[in-house]
Amino acid sequence: MANIVVLVKQVPDTNAKIVVSGDRVDLSAVKKVMSPYDEFAVETALQHREATGGEVTALTLGGAGADKVLKDAKAIGVDHIVRIDSEAELDSNALQTAITSVLSELGAEVIYCGKSAADSGAGSTGPGIAERLGWASVSNVTSVAFDGGITVVAPSEGGNARISVSMPAVISCDKGNIKVRKPNVKGIMQAKKAKVDVKSISVQASSVAVVSHSMPPAKPAGKSYEGGAAAAEVARLLRDEANVI
Amino acid sequence: MTETIVIAEIAKGTIHSTTSELVTAALALGGSPIIIVPCTDASVADAAATISGASKVIAAKSEAFAHYDAAGWASAIDAIAPVGTIITAATPQSKDLAARLAARRSLSVVQDVVAIDGNQLTSPVYSGKAMQTVALSGPAVVSVRANVFDAAAEGGSNEVSVVDTTGNMATAVQEFMARASKRLDVAEANVIISGGRGMGSPDNFVHLEAIADTIGAAVGASRAAVDTWEAIPHSMQVGQTGKTVNPNLYIAVGISGAIQHLAGMRSSKYIVAINKDADAPIFQHADYGIVATWEEALPVLQSTLSGMMA
Repeated sequence: MANIVVLVKQVPDTNAKIVVSGDRVDLSAVKKVMSPYDEFAVETALQHREATGGEVTALTLGGAGADKVLKDAKAIGVDHIVRIDSEAELDSNALQTAITSVLSELGAEVIYCGKSAADSGAGSTGPGIAERLGWASVSNVTSVAFDGGITVVAPSEGGNARISVSMPAVISCDKGNIKVRKPNVKGIMQAKKAKVDVKSISVQASSVAVVSHSMPPAKPAGKSYEGGAAAAEVARLLRDEANVI
Repeated sequence: MTETIVIAEIAKGTIHSTTSELVTAALALGGSPIIIVPCTDASVADAAATISGASKVIAAKSEAFAHYDAAGWASAIDAIAPVGTIITAATPQSKDLAARLAARRSLSVVQDVVAIDGNQLTSPVYSGKAMQTVALSGPAVVSVRANVFDAAAEGGSNEVSVVDTTGNMATAVQEFMARASKRLDVAEANVIISGGRGMGSPDNFVHLEAIADTIGAAVGASRAAVDTWEAIPHSMQVGQTGKTVNPNLYIAVGISGAIQHLAGMRSSKYIVAINKDADAPIFQHADYGIVATWEEALPVLQSTLSGMMA
């Protein structure tokens, strides 16, 4: 019986165009979804419950709009849904401190999360909360087996490594060969009725503050060629002009 | 005044050349950095002695550094690094270490930095669809993307000291599974050649592999190729739900350039696009664009590159 927590984050749809208005990104017209890697984390958490028994809690941090990702997690089978109520822009230290305090309150014994969120791309939360809790962590995990402890596969120099992890631990999940289950009608109905447990916390001040957003610098127009024979010229330019061969 | 500390990037048991770029990034943040070299054999650190701009080199010697374990590495480095801003590479392993080190010291971490201006750091967000600039108001841990900062010059004569340290390993490696091929993974490679659905069939990836083997590149793929063909594994996928790469050279073959794919490779230093559709979005991001089928272009590319490498 394990007390399993999965961290989920609401992010802009990965196919959405990102617009900067003034000096900040404008996400008002963008559809929000669960960060794709978090879907693998939810699936792995559910597989853990099926292997050992226990309960899965999905935890997010955000405003009321973020309840949608918790309902999505509920629809595919998590037992409890919890939101840390905060719409502030937090640096990683303030964010992780807030999440860690709620994880302790929830009595988490094993935590799953995506390897990185599709918005920041940082991948700091999993290893960061593991350190704060004093737990083991493995990141970029592509496969998980439950055999008393947890055995994972993660990239290692020149290939992969099979790593045994004793609980408590934080596992951050890559896509790997994990197939994510789809919600069924019963799950969707239960999710509609499910109540989100909202935690109010006071967050500490951030020492890293966002100054501005901007569009990536436009690339100057490159050289273009017609026909496959030009590949010879391009190969020479890669050596003599770009110096990359 | 606190220190700046560079954690040397280690690959195949030696100091990776990106370490010199980290020193340049450290100098941009202010202050001549201490280079800490995680190692099991202190002689590995000697290679850092000649990097100009550093104040000194510490060979951090520990059995903990034999295999990567996030908890063990963070505790072993934390035990000997002075207070200050810590700079690491932005490889998946070093980002993981950066996050743990920051949390261990109750600091914030800023990942994937591509520009430094005083205390302001810029990183790509939304997989490179936008840039975010943040301001530091104290020490932090910062990971820096490869191929962005110039390498610090050689010719330094840094003092190298050896410090023994210990880490508390929290995981145990049971087994290493080497890749079947000697080819690099896209996450490790400085040159990548990728194929999309325009390759027509997964069997045609052998032509990409042949070029990859000629120039020491990794072979990647678009999401469309990975989703369409079972023979193309997700580990090869470059893009927003695959790997974000930042090589010196990225060759896209039969890839149209969906926003998803561009997000994972647009910051590559040089981009070559080969596509039969002249209107493919990939061409807007290419330094060298060739409007041709892969059947026409790849044999020419292969034979020219083979001639150069001979």
